[in-house]
Amino acid sequence: MNIYIEALIAFHIILGAFFIFVGSFGMIKLPELMSRLHGPSKATTLGVGGFLVGSMIHFGATEGRISIQEILITFFLFITAPVTAHFIAKAYMHAELKPEKLPKPEGRYGWNTYTSVEDVKLAARDQATGSDLQG
Amino acid sequence: MINYALAIGFIAVSLALLMNLWRLATGPTVMDRVLAVDTMVINTIALIILYGIRESTAVYFESALLMAMFGFISTVAYCRFVLRGDVIE
Repeated sequence: MNIYIEALIAFHIILGAFFIFVGSFGMIKLPELMSRLHGPSKATTLGVGGFLVGSMIHFGATEGRISIQEILITFFLFITAPVTAHFIAKAYMHAELKPEKLPKPEGRYGWNTYTSVEDVKLAARDQATGSDLQG
Repeated sequence: MINYALAIGFIAVSLALLMNLWRLATGPTVMDRVLAVDTMVINTIALIILYGIRESTAVYFESALLMAMFGFISTVAYCRFVLRGDVIE
């Protein structure tokens, strides 16, 4: 194998190792869950992406074909990481945080995630009938 | 050169898994533990990919894809259970 290709693969693997280490280190270092969420959802995903790029170059150089599985794994991880982060943040807000402790959002309505379905229906009915009960 | 890079990668991912285990054991809230499990699954995917590069076979990518899918579904199920008290309503 060409020495430059080998150096490129090694560079991508070390880049991925660095980002994976930083992501998990941030998860034990940061003070509370909302800031801890940044490590795994960004740095770790980027680290796995680095490994996958290195692996793609490796298999392209040794076997002379572009393997499609790496692209699949990359797409899947890059799509699911924000979804899981959003789910974890939402479940944490409902389980641990009180809406009174949070900063008040602008506008008439409060935090959307604390609004129940009945509240939304009520607001829609208010809007339809023109009454101004929301405050 | 690749062998040294792979050794560094294995060491980094193993340390990351140990740190995730620490967060899993001492996490103050339930969601910390869910986050730790989710990160452990992603680190395991990274470990499987590194092993696939070391062995030069493409067999391990299917298992990495399976791990990614199961990790996503299990995290969503855990969050839904904490959020609603039930997984499928």
